[in-house]
Amino acid sequence: MTQLLYALLSLGAFALVAGIVLAVAQKVFHVEGDPMVEKIDNLLPQTQCGQCGYPGCKPYAEAVSGGVADVNHCVPGGERTMLAIADLMGVEPKDLEAEATAPMIAFVREDECIGCTLCIKACPVDAIIGAPKQYHTVISDHCTGCTLCIEPCPVDCIDMLMKPELIEHWSWPLPDTQRARLGHDRRETHAGHA
Amino acid sequence: MTEIALILLSAVLVNNYVLTKFLGICPFLGTSGKVETAVGMSFAVMFVMTLASTASWLVQEYLLVPLDLEYLQTIFFILIIASLVQFIEMMIHKTSPVLYQGLGIFLPLITTNCAVLGVAILNVQQEQTFLTSALYGFGAALGFALVLILFSGIRERIEIAPVPELFKGSPLALITAGMMSLAFMGFSGLVKI
Amino acid sequence: MPAMLRKLAQRLGILQHSFAGGVHPEMYKVTAARPVEVAAIAPIHILPMKQHIGEACSPLVKVGDRVLRGQKIAKSEGYLSVPVHAPTSGRVVRIEEHAIPHPSGMGLPCIFIESDGDDESDTTLEPLTNWRELNPAILRERARMCGLAGLGGAVFPTFIKLVQDKRFPIETVILNGIECEPWLTNDHRLMLEKPHDILTGMAIVMHMVGAKSGIIAIEDNKPDAAESMRRALAEASEMQGVHVVVLPTRYPQGSEKQLIYSLTGKEVEAGRLPMHIGVLCQNVGTSKALFEAVVQARPLTERLVTVSGDAVENPATLSVRLGTPVRSLFASRGLDDLTGLHLLHGGPMMGERLKSVDVPVVKSTTGLLAMRTETMMLAHTEEQPCIRCGHCSEACPVHLVPNLLADACRSDQFDRAENYQLFDCIECGSCSYVCPANIPLVHYFRYGKGQIAQTRREQVFAEASRKRSEARERRIEAEKTEKAARRSRVRRDHAPAKPVESAEPENNDATQEKS
Repeated sequence: MTQLLYALLSLGAFALVAGIVLAVAQKVFHVEGDPMVEKIDNLLPQTQCGQCGYPGCKPYAEAVSGGVADVNHCVPGGERTMLAIADLMGVEPKDLEAEATAPMIAFVREDECIGCTLCIKACPVDAIIGAPKQYHTVISDHCTGCTLCIEPCPVDCIDMLMKPELIEHWSWPLPDTQRARLGHDRRETHAGHA
Repeated sequence: MTEIALILLSAVLVNNYVLTKFLGICPFLGTSGKVETAVGMSFAVMFVMTLASTASWLVQEYLLVPLDLEYLQTIFFILIIASLVQFIEMMIHKTSPVLYQGLGIFLPLITTNCAVLGVAILNVQQEQTFLTSALYGFGAALGFALVLILFSGIRERIEIAPVPELFKGSPLALITAGMMSLAFMGFSGLVKI
Repeated sequence: MPAMLRKLAQRLGILQHSFAGGVHPEMYKVTAARPVEVAAIAPIHILPMKQHIGEACSPLVKVGDRVLRGQKIAKSEGYLSVPVHAPTSGRVVRIEEHAIPHPSGMGLPCIFIESDGDDESDTTLEPLTNWRELNPAILRERARMCGLAGLGGAVFPTFIKLVQDKRFPIETVILNGIECEPWLTNDHRLMLEKPHDILTGMAIVMHMVGAKSGIIAIEDNKPDAAESMRRALAEASEMQGVHVVVLPTRYPQGSEKQLIYSLTGKEVEAGRLPMHIGVLCQNVGTSKALFEAVVQARPLTERLVTVSGDAVENPATLSVRLGTPVRSLFASRGLDDLTGLHLLHGGPMMGERLKSVDVPVVKSTTGLLAMRTETMMLAHTEEQPCIRCGHCSEACPVHLVPNLLADACRSDQFDRAENYQLFDCIECGSCSYVCPANIPLVHYFRYGKGQIAQTRREQVFAEASRKRSEARERRIEAEKTEKAARRSRVRRDHAPAKPVESAEPENNDATQEKS
C-alpha cells in the first residue's frame, strides 16, 4: 500500500514540476501573432486582385498561414508562387486552380470616359489618375492587371491589354532538349523562390 | 580522457543509433529533405537527448531506485522527454517560425523518437555514471545529427539528379540509407567496448 | 622592388600567373593575313536606339530630315547611355521598330537612313589635338558624346570608366589585344595596320585616368601584332611606362578579369570592378575609336567586323558603317543563299545565333559567321546524362561547378544556383565546349539568370504595389476617421442651438457622404 502511495505521489509531484516549468516557458516564449503571415505575404504578387476569394493579398496570407486556405489559390502568382508557398509551409504542392494568364494591364479609352471616378475608387493600388468630369488614365507602370476596375465602369470603357514585352526583360528559355524538359518537369519540392 | 573520447567515438560512429541500432528512423527519413530542416532537427534532438539522458539518470538514481519504483521507469522517462520536447517546441516557434513550419509534425514527434527513450533506458541498463550517461546521450545525439545532415545533403543532390521515375523519392532514399548503414558497418571494428 | 622581382621571375618563367581553367579551341583565324577591306556603303542604314549596355536613346531627327555622317541622331536618356550617330549622309526615311541582333529576335525602335552617296561629314565637332593640356573631364564628355562603347563586344559605355576616382587611383591601363575568340581577327588586323592610332588612344586614356604604366596584352598566336605594337611603341618616345606582354594562348584570356589576373596576379573579386584594384582595361578597337573621337573629331560610326565562317568563300575583316544590314555584308562576300546555314553574331564561343539576316551591324558586332550546320562545334540537340567527369569544373575560369549549377537551374532551384554563385559565371562557354555529354551548360545558366532577374523584378513590383495598397488603405482609414470626427463636431455645434433644426445638418452630412 505504501508502495502504491509512493508511486502516485512521486509521479504526481514530478508531473507538477514539469507542468510548472512548461507554464513558465509558455510565458517566456509567447509568440505574438503569426510571423508566417508576413513571409507568405512577401511571396504573393500584391496585385490585390481578390481572385483567391479573399479581399487582398494579406488576408489570403493570413488564411494560408492559419491553415484555412490552400496554397494554390493565387492566380496571378502562378505555379512559381504556389511552389514557393508550399515550400515555406512545408506542405505538398497542389495543382493550380486556374491557369495564370499572360500579364495584362488596364487601358482607359479616354474618348469614352465620362469621368465618374468609380474606377479610381476601385483600384487597389492607386494606379488610375483623374478627377471628376475629367478623363481618367491608367499609369501602366503601376497597374497590376487585377481587372477590379472593369466591373464598376458604367460605360465599359476600360480594356485589358497585353502588357508590352520589353527586350530588356526577355529571358532565355530552357534549352530545347528532351533532358531539359524531363528534368524541369520532375522538380517537385524545394522549387521556386530565389 | 581516453574514456570520454572512446564513449563519444563509440556513440557517434560505432554504435550509431540510426545506422547500426536502427532507432529514430522516422525523423531520419521525414526531416532529411532539406539540409536546413535537418540541421534544425539535429539541434532539437541534441538538446532533448542530452538533457533527457541526464535527467533520466538522476530520476532513476535518486527517485526510482530508492523508492523501489523501477517498474515506473518508462512512464517517468516519457514524461521527461515529453516535457523537454514541449519546451524546445515553444522555443523554436519563438525563434524560428520557418524552421517550426519545416519540421511540422516531426517536432512533437521527437517525444516518440525511440532513439531518445532508447538512450535513456540503455544508460540505465548499462549502469553508467552520471557523467558517462550525459556523454553517451550527447554522443548519440551527435551521431544522429551527423547521419541526418549527411543524408539530407545526399538527398538534396539526388533530388535534382535525373533518376528513373521508379526510384524517385522514398525508394531511393531508403536505398541510400541502406548504403550509408553498410558504410557505417565499417566502423564496427574501430573500438571495442 | 617586389614588382621588379616578379617581373624578372616572370621573364624567367619561374612565376607565371595564369587564370584557372580555360580551353584551347581551334582558332580558324583565316582572315588574319588579309588586310582590312572597307565595306561599301549600304543604300539603307538601320540604327537601333540602343546599341550599348544601359538605357535606350530617343530620336532627335524626324522622318524626311537630311543628316550628315557623324551627326547625332539620338540622344541618351539617363546616365548609363551613349548617343547614336548617323553613319553616312542621307535622309531619314522611317523611324519604327525593327529586329536587332538579339537572341530573342525581338526589335527596338530604329532610325532608317537612306544613304545619298555623298558621304558628307558633319564638321561641327572640333578636333582636340591638344588633348595633353586638356582637363580629363572635357575628354570624358567627348568620349560620351561620340557614342563610344566597348567594342570588344560588351558595349559598356566607355566614358563611365574613364574617370579619376581619388579612392581608387588607376595605376595600370591594360590594352586588350587578346582576341581569344576563334575566327575573329578585328583586333589582330587593327594592331597590324593602325598601331599608332591605338597607342595615341591609349595615351589619351592614361592621361585621362592619370595612370603611369600600361600593358598591351597580346596572345602568342599573334607574334606579328606584338611586333607591330612594339615597333610603334619604340617610335613613341613619350610612352615610357608601357610595354607589350605576350601571353600563352588560351580561351577566355580576353575576358577582363581573367586577363587582369594573367597580367598582374591580382584578382578582381566578385561584384567589384577592375578600378578597385587600380586597373583599367580597354579593348584596342575602343582605344582607336577614342583616338578618332578626340584627335579627329569623328564619332563612332564604323567598326571592324570579321565576316567569316566555313560557309564564306571569301572571308574578310571589314570596316563597316554601323547600321549596315547583315544580309548585304554576307552578299558582299559572295554569300547570297543563306539557307541551311548557322549564322552567328559574335564569335563561336560567346556569340549568339542570328534569328534573321535583316538585322543591322551594331556597336557590339564583332563578327558575323556563317557556318555549315554539320561543322558547328556543338550541335546541342542530343543532351546526354552527366557522367560527372569534372571536365567542366576544370575548364571553368571562375572556379564554378557547372554540372551542379546546371542541375539546379534545370530543376528551377534558383536559390541553390545562387548559392553556387551563378552570377559569377561569365558565360564564356568553356564548360559547354568541353562537355562530353553535350550538355548546353551555358544555356542553362542563361535560363537561370533570366528567371532570377524576372523574379527579382516581380518582387520589386510587388513591393511597390504593396506600398501603394497600404497607403491607399491608410488614406481611406484617415478619411473615414476624419469624416466621423467632422460629423460629431457638426452634431456638437448644432445640437444645442435648436432641437428642431438639428436634423438638417445631419441630412447635409448624409448627402456629403453619398457624394
